[in-house]
Parts: sequence; structure tokens; C-alpha cells
Amino acid sequence: MRLINVRPRRGTAVLLACLPFVVLALAYLVGSAVRLAENPSDKLLPALSTIVQTVKLYAFTADRRTGLYLLWSDSAASLGRLFAGIGIATALALLLGLLNGILPVVRAVLAPFVAVVSMVPPLALLPILFIVLGLGEVSKVTLIVIGVAPILIRDLALSAQALPREQIIKAETLSASTWLIATRVVLPQVLPRLIDSLRLQIGPAFLFLIAAEAISADSGLGYRIFLVRRYLSMDVIFPYVAWITLLAVAMDLGLTALRRRVFPWSELERGR
Amino acid sequence: MSGIEIRNLWKEYGDQVVLQNVDLTIAPRAFIALVGPSGCGKTTFLRMLLGQEAPTRGTITLDGAPLPHEPGPDRGVVFQRYSVFPHMTVLGNVMAGPELRASRLLGRTFGVRRRAIADEAHAMLAEVGLAGSEDKYPAQLSGGMQQRLALAQALMMKPKVLLLDEPFGALDPGIRSDIHRLMKRLWNEVPMTVVMVTHDLREAFTLATRIIAFERTRDRPEERLRYGATITRDILIWPPRSAGKTTIWDADLLPGRDDPTIPGPIAGTTWPKEEPDADAYPPLR
Repeated sequence: MRLINVRPRRGTAVLLACLPFVVLALAYLVGSAVRLAENPSDKLLPALSTIVQTVKLYAFTADRRTGLYLLWSDSAASLGRLFAGIGIATALALLLGLLNGILPVVRAVLAPFVAVVSMVPPLALLPILFIVLGLGEVSKVTLIVIGVAPILIRDLALSAQALPREQIIKAETLSASTWLIATRVVLPQVLPRLIDSLRLQIGPAFLFLIAAEAISADSGLGYRIFLVRRYLSMDVIFPYVAWITLLAVAMDLGLTALRRRVFPWSELERGR
Repeated sequence: MSGIEIRNLWKEYGDQVVLQNVDLTIAPRAFIALVGPSGCGKTTFLRMLLGQEAPTRGTITLDGAPLPHEPGPDRGVVFQRYSVFPHMTVLGNVMAGPELRASRLLGRTFGVRRRAIADEAHAMLAEVGLAGSEDKYPAQLSGGMQQRLALAQALMMKPKVLLLDEPFGALDPGIRSDIHRLMKRLWNEVPMTVVMVTHDLREAFTLATRIIAFERTRDRPEERLRYGATITRDILIWPPRSAGKTTIWDADLLPGRDDPTIPGPIAGTTWPKEEPDADAYPPLR
């Protein structure tokens, strides 16, 4: 039988999916054990027990100086910025992307501008944002918006344009105005697509968040990682990175579940 | 009522002449089939009737008034594909037209008005044989059922003209003949003119009252750019079909009478008044 026709069964598929994670964990444990055997004060690959100790310290013990549980206060600060940024970017994308996708007049004005703006490397703007908006929350949120919004806008505009022309015509014969076509025909059909492109933008959004926090912040996941970097505290960095990854994966799964729940038809259309 | 009048219609895309010198008067309640080889401009002609495209020269009037240059609720349409909204349920699709017309801000109605529209939609769905599928999404329907849905959706607006762009071209032969029967019945029942583009001559002769053939009169390679297609044949079906009155050839026999030549009242429409024809429209799951 050709390899291309070999399909794993359900149970096997789950096992196979776990395999890379297990391999990575094993590789870490072995590497850590070898290095620690050589030099007990090695900081690069701390032992599992050390990591567990650190997690306990960060997540379940109040900080002596501030009285905060650092992991949670960092998460709250970071997620607040992230959600504010993504929320504003989504709202912008809905408004501009939809206008751009539906109205040829707006497209003539906006499309080239958005296309150029989306090519500006957002991190290169970070100094400008810090100078103009100060070192507070606004500049960090703005960075996320600038990084994420143009791509969302373009994606939304493209998917609005990709709707079959027939549907727009049909809506016109059903007496719909431009407003009604936008809100009742186009918008509901691009929302599932918007959720999917949001999922793809979670990664970049975290990137911009951590970059901004690394440079200037007094709390946040990125701030903490870059703070403890000075002390080579891999036992803090590793759990933080794992936690950020977990958060991102949870958001991804959550968005997929949301799409399936709110737009059941989008799952049906996908199979066609 | 004076139907559709097309006078000296030309359509050009840049240098390419697509249609030239089309003159046609379509009587109210006619069922016109537009036939012709691929690329002869019959779909372009339909799009101009729809208002999706503007003629380069010439005029189209509907009941004496010039046609607006955009689609509107007086002209319904069913395309071969993408005619229904995938994000609305079957019932939602059929209710869409009246709801959009009634509520200009939200496109949704509530309460009594909504119930009235829903009742009308249920009746329409029953008429096209989709009763029981109200809560499904179009993706869960077969091709034939989707086209029935598209017809129901368009007819809810009570259009003066129903435009069909190869609506049954993608269907299996068996399904197609079922939907032909439905189409014939709807045309008899609903006061509308039908213009249908089709590739299928058999379909054209089965349904239409009149068949219009588009063809290029000059088709040598060097002539193709500057000469478009025009009407080359205009065939009236014999015996004449007229809406609401079936000919003796399609007549349903009156109860207790099996000889169609015996004079008597015309058997009426093919719409089964007392009880639905169980064989023609099998109950759906």
C-alpha cells in the first residue's frame, strides 16, 4: 500500500500527536540530567524539581515586596493589553474591511493606503510610539493595533470581495439597500472568516506585546521574562514561555469553538 | 400592462460587439426561453434585463417605464449557483426578501409582522416541496432542493419578471424533470413573466411559450470582433401555451372524464387543488 493512502486510526492518531511533545520533554529531561550531573549549579537546563519550585513561588506565593502573585498579575497585565489591542484592531477591521470590501468608492480610496501601511514593520514604529504616546499602556496597545489591524482589514476586505457576485445581485432583487446588504448578507458571511484570521493573528499579537513589554513596562509576561533574563533564570523563563503558549493555544481553540457555535453553517460550507 | 419591450439593443465591451440590434417585445405572462451556442450573449442579455449591466445602446422598458440600471425587487432571479444565502436557514432564506423590505434598518422583523411573513414563507416552502426542511442550512440540501429554495425565495417578492440563468443546468435528469413540473406549475399560478436562459433545447420546448435563439450571423474569425449575436429565430410553441390555462396536451383530466376531446371547461391549472399529487412531490424527510 502506498504511504499516501495510509491513514492512522483515531486512537493511533492521538498517540502520534502526543509523540513530538513526549520526545521534546524526554530530550529536555535527559539534557538537563546530563548537564546537572556535570555541574550541579548549571542554570541553562534546570531540573524539573527546580522548575516546580519556581512555579510555586511565582504562582502561589505572594511576592514579598508587592504582595502580588506574580504569574497572575503579569498575566492580567499582559492579557489586558493584548485584548485591548486585538479588540480595537478587530473593530477597525470590521469597519474599514467591510467598507473596503463592499463599496468600490471606498476601496479606491483606502485599499492602496491600507496595502502600504500593512507593509510598515510595526516594531520599527515602536520608538516613535514610545516618544509620542509615552511609556504607558497606550503605546503598547497601539503597537498591537498597528501590527494586527492592517492584515485583518485586508483579509476581511478580500473575503467580502470573494463572496459570489450572484449573492449581492440576489439581495438587490430582494429589495435590500447597501446598508442591508452589508449587515445582513456580507457581514454574517465574513465574520467566521474574521475569527479564523484572528486566530492566525494571535501569534503576531503576542510578539508585539512581548516586544513592547521587554523594552518598557513594570509588569507583564514579557516584562518578567526579560527581567529575569539578567539572572539567567531559565527556571522562570521556561514556565513563562510554556504559559504564554498555553494561553495562545487556548485562545485559538476558544475562537474555533466560538465560530462553530455561533456560525454552525460555516462548518457545513467548509466541507463543500 | 405592456410587458417588456426591447428596442434596438446593443452591448459592447470595448471593441467587442456582443449583441447587436436586438428588438423584442415580450408579452406579459410569457415564458421565454433564450437559447443559443455558448458565448452568444444570452446571459449578457439576461443581465441587462436584470439591471446588472447597462446596454451600450438601445432601450429596455418594463410596463412602459425604462428599466433602472440596477437590480430591484420587480425582477426576481435564480442563478445556476450561489442563489441562496448559505448563512441563513431555509426558512430564513425565504423570509429574507419580505423582511428586508419591511425593516430597512435591521433587516429583521419581530412579533406579529414576523409571524405573518413566516406563515407566508411556510406556505411558499410547502408549494415548492420543501416543507419540513425549514431549519436546515442550504449546504444540507441537494442541488435540486437548493434551486427550489432559490425559486421560493425569489417568488416571495412577487416579481413582475422572473429571470432564470440556467437554473436547472447542474441537476440530474430525474430531478430536473421534477423541477420542470414545479416550474410549469409556478408559472401557471403566479402572475409573472419568465425569461430563462438555457442550454437544453428539450427544457426550452418543455417549458416555454416562445423560444428566442441568439446566434452570430457573421462568425468568420476576422468578423468576430465587430459583429455580435442577434436574434436569429423566434419560435412560438404550438399548440400555444398560455399562463393559467393548460393546453389539452398538458391538461389534467377532470375527475370522471378521461377523454380530453369531450368539450367542457378547461381542466384548469396543473396545480392540484384538493390534495397534493403525492407522486409528483414525494414527502421529504
